[in-house]
Amino acid sequence: MELLNNILVKPFVDMVEAPDFLMQVLWEGLVSGILYALIALGFVLIFRSSRIFNFAQGIMVVFAALALVGFHQLGVPAWISVILSLGVMFVLAVSIERVVLRPLVGQPDIILFMATIGITLFLIGFGELIFGGENKVMITEELGIPTGEFIFEPFGGFLLLEQKDVTAVVVAAVLVVALLLFLNKTRMGRAIRALGDDHQAALSVGISLQTIWVLVWFIAGIIALVTGIAWGARAGVSFALEVIAYKALPVLMLGGLESITGAIIGGLMIGLLEKLFEIYWGQPLLGGNTETWFAFVLALFVLLFRPQGLFGERIIERV
Amino acid sequence: MLYRTSGQFKTSYTADMALFPVRQDAILLAIILAFAWVILPLTASEFAFQTLLIPILIYSLTAMGLNILTGYAGQLSLGTAAFMGVGAYACYKLVTIMPWMNPVVAILMSGFFSAGVGVMFGIPSLRIKGFYLAIATLAAQFFLVWLFEKWAWLYNYNASGAIQVPNLDMFGVTVAGPTADSMTQYYVVLAIVSLMTMLCINLTRGTLGRTWKATRDMDIAAELIGINLMKSKLTAFAISSYIIGVSGALFVFMWRGAAEPNLFDIPLSFRILFIAIIGGLGSILGNYLGAILIVGLPVILNTLPQTFGLPISSATVEHLNIMIVGSLIIFFLIIEPHGLARLWALIREKLMIWPFPH
Repeated sequence: MELLNNILVKPFVDMVEAPDFLMQVLWEGLVSGILYALIALGFVLIFRSSRIFNFAQGIMVVFAALALVGFHQLGVPAWISVILSLGVMFVLAVSIERVVLRPLVGQPDIILFMATIGITLFLIGFGELIFGGENKVMITEELGIPTGEFIFEPFGGFLLLEQKDVTAVVVAAVLVVALLLFLNKTRMGRAIRALGDDHQAALSVGISLQTIWVLVWFIAGIIALVTGIAWGARAGVSFALEVIAYKALPVLMLGGLESITGAIIGGLMIGLLEKLFEIYWGQPLLGGNTETWFAFVLALFVLLFRPQGLFGERIIERV
Repeated sequence: MLYRTSGQFKTSYTADMALFPVRQDAILLAIILAFAWVILPLTASEFAFQTLLIPILIYSLTAMGLNILTGYAGQLSLGTAAFMGVGAYACYKLVTIMPWMNPVVAILMSGFFSAGVGVMFGIPSLRIKGFYLAIATLAAQFFLVWLFEKWAWLYNYNASGAIQVPNLDMFGVTVAGPTADSMTQYYVVLAIVSLMTMLCINLTRGTLGRTWKATRDMDIAAELIGINLMKSKLTAFAISSYIIGVSGALFVFMWRGAAEPNLFDIPLSFRILFIAIIGGLGSILGNYLGAILIVGLPVILNTLPQTFGLPISSATVEHLNIMIVGSLIIFFLIIEPHGLARLWALIREKLMIWPFPH
């Protein structure tokens, strides 16, 4: 009874008793959820247009952030370093397409997946060689990101929103809207979606596979840079950031590998639920640190009922 | 010339399907076995045992376990390291609860625990396929590693949270623990790995192996010709996890000597996957070739700068190492996506008709 009470009743009583704390928890969950969604977006874009499960998205986040900080440390003004790091991401996209993807066109999915793990290892070694392995501070202030706090007092309580988190949420929202507009309204965007729908049909109407692949990897690079800035402002820039890439995987499972909406909603859901679970169930009952696995187990249960994720394309198999 | 098959006639189906249809294969294997059992142990140094021979054997075994699941039954798994951990922790509990137990028996028994856990995490594979399943196995990876850390009973409430291998005797000889001799450990590992390899070769050639291959190639078609998918997938999970569990126990008891939870973290899983893929999915030989490459390469790269007297710091060497391993993975995938085993098969075919290819 004691255990049942602890699992089923007490957490909810706690939530109602301290609504301001609950809101704080939800806000934290929302912010991390947005960042998971951003990384998942990078995955989805590449998966849709090329069926490549891009494991390197996480290290691209680190690499973009390190390049940004690295340029600034050389004395380049903050905004110019942003442009320079975008250039780095473009060069990266072109070279990945040239060196890795082009020779591997048409190989089984798992081979391409392994190749992206190879890219990950290469970038880890390369990044540590150039930028060093130590933790760096993101150039938050130089980029004009506010660092103050908003303090609210709902229900006579206390709620603290860091301004850089608010900025991250706003920027992420703008980025998502821009991306959706780009994919739906522009010629290039339509070409990307066409390639995702049917490779051969897209090729036959004259869409260039190589251009689109470079473009898609470059967009993933832009997303990586934004994620890197937002996450780096919270936790500093280091190779430990790479592990958040793993967090994007359950988001993909939950939302479906092909769906942009799924990535966003899945990201928010996982961000919120894992924070709630950690605070109200994980820490008091399981000894904490449940955030490492909760999202995966949750996604696993959802998949048992919907094998293609919540928003994924229905899997149709023909013999 | 060396591989000429002329004169070796097969008069029955059994002879054609024999383990060594070509006599030279058997001779080559005999030479390799002689090397592994007699010549290498006599000539190898302590350094070679610890950095090359023992790890190569253990990694080959783990990769073989993964290969059964991914290469033969077609179920991609990213949770290998966690199943190794289950084997290692199970073995630790077995030898600390029952210290009189023969360590080899304990190692072989610990595989059953990881087989059980493997079947449990294999159940979703009945509904989930492809990359979705791969991510689902990550649930096992992260959950189990968390459990190793939080469940203090597993490491006997040690203050350090790590498991230490005690001294274990078998027939009066210390085979595991701080005072064990490398050569003894090598022989124990070699014996278990040889046994398991024989088991795997025959399993994959038999009914079970063919059911797995049918499931891998197209599961709906396999179901239509009367294969029970549930049985086929779950046996693959069970046998693969058993082998991985045993190799995990060997990994800690015969090589590392101690383990903490994060040893079984995701980089280890990827390492095993690299070995299996670079060696060749759906091949037994490939696991050995892959392990030799992945284990041997960093050792060679580490010693290169010293031999040439280049003034490079060890941290730089470490980073260069990761870079080179990453690029080599891509390189090998590009030149032969089917792995080193396929490369060997091509060479062997060429040798058979050499020097007159027409």
